[in-house]
Amino acid sequence: MAEVSLRGVSKSFGADNALDDVSMTIPHGSFVVLLGPTGAGKTTTLRMVSGLDRPDSGDISIGGRSVIALTPAQRNVAMVFQQYSLYPHLSVRENLEFPLKSPILKTPRAEIDRKVGEVAEILQISHKLDNKATELSGGEMQRVSIGRALVRNPAVYLMDEPLSSLDAKLRADLRIELKNIQANSGATLLYVTHDQIEAMTMATHVGVLDHGRLVQFGSPREIYEDPVSIYAASRLGQPRINILPADCFGGAPKAAAFIGLRPEQIQQGEGEESFVKRVEHLGDQTRLHLSFKTHDLITVTDPHTQLDSGDIVRITPRNPFYFDDSGARLV
Amino acid sequence: MSFSPTEPSRRQKWVAGTLVVVYALVTILPLVWIIATGFKSPSDAIAYPPKVVFEPTLEGYVNLFTTRTRVSEEDFAALPPPSSWYEQIVRDSGLVIAGPSRYGARFANSLIIGFGSTFLCMILGTAAAYAFSRFRVPIKDDLLFFILSTRMMPPIAVAIPIFLMFKNLGLNDTHAGMILLYTAVNLSLSVWLLKGFIDEIPVEYEEAALIDGYTRFQAFYKVVLPQAATGIASTAIFCLIFAWNEYAFAVLLTSGTAQTAPPFIPTILGVGGQDWPAIAAGATLFLLPVMVFTILLRKHLLRGITFGAVRK
Repeated sequence: MAEVSLRGVSKSFGADNALDDVSMTIPHGSFVVLLGPTGAGKTTTLRMVSGLDRPDSGDISIGGRSVIALTPAQRNVAMVFQQYSLYPHLSVRENLEFPLKSPILKTPRAEIDRKVGEVAEILQISHKLDNKATELSGGEMQRVSIGRALVRNPAVYLMDEPLSSLDAKLRADLRIELKNIQANSGATLLYVTHDQIEAMTMATHVGVLDHGRLVQFGSPREIYEDPVSIYAASRLGQPRINILPADCFGGAPKAAAFIGLRPEQIQQGEGEESFVKRVEHLGDQTRLHLSFKTHDLITVTDPHTQLDSGDIVRITPRNPFYFDDSGARLV
Repeated sequence: MSFSPTEPSRRQKWVAGTLVVVYALVTILPLVWIIATGFKSPSDAIAYPPKVVFEPTLEGYVNLFTTRTRVSEEDFAALPPPSSWYEQIVRDSGLVIAGPSRYGARFANSLIIGFGSTFLCMILGTAAAYAFSRFRVPIKDDLLFFILSTRMMPPIAVAIPIFLMFKNLGLNDTHAGMILLYTAVNLSLSVWLLKGFIDEIPVEYEEAALIDGYTRFQAFYKVVLPQAATGIASTAIFCLIFAWNEYAFAVLLTSGTAQTAPPFIPTILGVGGQDWPAIAAGATLFLLPVMVFTILLRKHLLRGITFGAVRK
């Protein structure tokens, strides 16, 4: 296990800047989640660390040693791909054994069997070990490909949306399992996802990427409670943060162009009137779609609320975020 | 009667079935005729009207593998009784066996040259196709077009330059020369076909293997090769069929040591002219290796042709 650090890493594909001067330090034993929409540079970052792609400039080190000149095999990293990751001509067992049998590890037979059995147990695929890899369902395939990373003991685990093709129940199970594995083994883990629940529950650190630039790096709570920009604030929170012109409510600072309101930053029952357009009962929470001075907002209310569409609710901001006209946070 | 847009009607099935059967008969009839002629006696083989029912004999096969000679009546009478069934067949036509024919050696040449060039072509073709498929090769498209352009004329168009080249290099009538020539002719086809197959194999598999601790070459033979096996098998069939059947270059460039079966078979002479049953027997045996090879790889061939062609 090791600390991973990126120093001024840039990479472009043709005219496209995939990564632009990214620097971050992933502390030993941390679980880092990279967030951002498609094309933000999340997968490229993983590929840089893995050695599948080389940066145009900048340096990457694992455990204090620069790995720029090393092949993926020499870097001792394990990676879970988003798709296409099982060798279709091998059985599930052979797939799991594949990294252990590599010329670099050359694991003894007994050790291979023990490891494979253990990982198959965790991922609930023991009964499928002797199937062909192509005979599995999508979820099972994805578990095997996670398993292929877990059988090893690499310096860093790299995971590219490993849970995205699983059903909700399995995703919840594996979220906890991955977090346990990481916590128990002290592994350093770099994880890409679109799913903010994964980010909030598993991450010790979150990196927010925007068009190849790292815009914020910190704990999930830091990103949530102290975002540096509208963009970073929009990455986390369900429902999303509401962004309105700053002058909607009184009391905005002079430079503010926008006001950002998460549901808990909207105080209900006092202030100005808004119109309830729709009420969504999700079970554990109830969402209110409000219309406020021609702007739409979404907030959360009491699950057993008596409100219905057409009602009037008074709202007022409570400790909101203010952003300037470029979207940067005003503190 | 119900109408379905996808299920053919009973009449359509009948029409389709009849067409297929007629087509099969048309293509298979010459083959049946050749095989039957191999078992006819020389007089039955040239009988008119052609004999469909005849008394089968192995005379053609015996003649194919032996050379025979006529001896004087006294010597013939003084011979010890025939020691084997094939000697008996030859004696029945008033001849004695003088020795083995050259068919065996020519057949062996065909095997060496056909399979040798196919093997070489697969190794070079797979390596080239992999490189074109996976690496950033300068002027890749031009190179690929250049490789394909060697197919744009019939190979025999360059017969004279090749003949002179072979003569100067001492490759005339050598196994190595013929293997090189057939490999060169087949390579363009195999590079293009194999590149299609390798393009279909997602690069993620190799990347996974690289991360799992393997080198690029190990990833190639542990992950790419097994998945390309289908494509390699079907490409190998195409290459083998060409090398096996090739006639013009074989006539031009081989005469003895390295002569293959195709130019040899028509020259089989019996007493008083072409020995048609022996020629037919030679052709029948000549069909077998490619037929066996194709039947063995049949499943791969079918899947292979469509697999490489469909773009996702």
